[in-house]
Amino acid sequence: MSIHKLTLYELHKKFTAGEVTATEIVRAYGLRIGQVESKVKAYITQAKDSVVAQASALAASLKGWRKTAPMMGMPLAIKDNICTEGVATTCASRMLGNFVPPYDATVIRKLREQGYLLLGKTNLDEFAMGSSTENSAFGPSRNPWNLHCVPGGSSGGSAAAVAADECAAALGSDTGGSIRQPAAFCGVVGLKPTYGRVSRYGLIAFASSLDQIGPITKDVTDAAFLLGAIAGHDPLDSTSADVPVPDYMKALKKKDLKKLKIGVPAEFFAEGLDPDVEQAVRAAIEELKALGGTIKEIQLPRTDAAVATYYVIATAEASSNLARYDGVKFGLRAKETKDLLDLYMKTRQEGFGPEVKRRIMLGTYVLSAGYYDAYYGKAQAVRTLIRQDFDAAFHEVDLIVTPVTPTPAFTFGAKSEDPLQMYLSDIFTISVNLAGVPAISLPCGFSQAGLPIGLQLIGRPFEEETLLRAAYAYEQSTQWRMKKPVIR
Amino acid sequence: MEITKQEVEKVAKLARLELTESEKAAFTKQLSQILTHVETLKQYDTTGVEPTATVLGQVNVFRPDEARPSLPVERAVANAPESADGFFVVPKIIEDRQPL
Repeated sequence: MSIHKLTLYELHKKFTAGEVTATEIVRAYGLRIGQVESKVKAYITQAKDSVVAQASALAASLKGWRKTAPMMGMPLAIKDNICTEGVATTCASRMLGNFVPPYDATVIRKLREQGYLLLGKTNLDEFAMGSSTENSAFGPSRNPWNLHCVPGGSSGGSAAAVAADECAAALGSDTGGSIRQPAAFCGVVGLKPTYGRVSRYGLIAFASSLDQIGPITKDVTDAAFLLGAIAGHDPLDSTSADVPVPDYMKALKKKDLKKLKIGVPAEFFAEGLDPDVEQAVRAAIEELKALGGTIKEIQLPRTDAAVATYYVIATAEASSNLARYDGVKFGLRAKETKDLLDLYMKTRQEGFGPEVKRRIMLGTYVLSAGYYDAYYGKAQAVRTLIRQDFDAAFHEVDLIVTPVTPTPAFTFGAKSEDPLQMYLSDIFTISVNLAGVPAISLPCGFSQAGLPIGLQLIGRPFEEETLLRAAYAYEQSTQWRMKKPVIR
Repeated sequence: MEITKQEVEKVAKLARLELTESEKAAFTKQLSQILTHVETLKQYDTTGVEPTATVLGQVNVFRPDEARPSLPVERAVANAPESADGFFVVPKIIEDRQPL
């Protein structure tokens, strides 16, 4: 039995049955990471020593009896913008290169209380700003399916780690597609929960009205399993919703889609969509129909406005959130500065990379006197129109099905010199964040070049169960998840 | 929307960002391109449309005003670039003056 090849839920069952110990799990993943990490570069920090200690402590606390906390003994990778007490959390930025959080994010506290094993912290675009991990201050991660291609971003390290079997599952964060797009590029499952479903306390803020933590996993069952372990109301996050957490695993009992109405928005199949992607997504829609779903054409007429709306709102919020990096309370401080203003200016010059600076500049511009109404106010109003489009669609259908990305994974450097082109590639994922609704990305085929293609299902707020049920039925009726990358 | 290098310099100062000459040149071009794309939002009529600040519809979330355990001082300052006696150290802010 190769432990690293098991899904999270398979490993959980074996662990609970006493067929595998935490120490064996840590050893197996240590070997696997040793084999492939030099090629994939998924991790910023590997918790090699502390994970061994965690496993020993767990073994000692168990003393012969088996407990069934869902994540007990489960080896997970965590995106490096989620605070882990005592383990460096860098946000892939020079600014936080030496930052060791004095507290755990709420999702980490929940996992720790269940006895999870932290394998390490995964790479991302600096401060989660990007779609390729090329903006990481520590160098990019690589796509396990083709090392010349990006893994996507910003949670590219998490998606690559899951695809390369360097962890059983991972957490990512999604502000404009940062869980779903890398999941699609790496051929794994990524779930962005409803805004408010998962506490963001301890998630280093990028755009507070959009950010959400979610699972990146080997299959849909694992996504349901891990979401259940991290979801729920948190008094420490005033934007977390006081909505009961259902048993997401129960959503997987039904294997058909009878009585489900599924909408296909014409706007998501417009020009610019790669033919391989279109073919795979169209075939998936036929499969959803064969499973008993009723397919209906719908409209999301303001889809074209999403990129512009997003890049005003997200950068405005980011420029405000990132004002805290001033070289005083934590993080980098520039040396040889003449006064406090000079210290601020130089610290931020040295600490931030080009994309972060670009977004701070854009956000500051759209919030500045004389431009606020024309840009920020306008974008907030258009955001309302985009939400209204989703509200109207969800009166007609239970789910919306779309591609995740216009193309499969691109090569390094293909878009990094042209920020607007990079932004436009987020077109299919960002309206979901603007509307605050949940969405899942799951594999639905491969391009002719052998790169994975993702299918996106979008649901009503707090109806993750419907998403998971449909995703599971589709996954079980197809074979995509069986294919694994050969890393070379 | 074309923006000028002077506007870039002004915004950089507001954002407390020191930029190199090549960054200024790049941002002048790139921000102009991005803002031109953003201007496509003008085609959407938003007369009378309420802006969305949050999707949850929450207004204020209150908690009881009670003292709770918090980080001890030494851990709160542990990540500071410079600290002394439990305080954050910054460069001198107040100018020296001749004694009256």
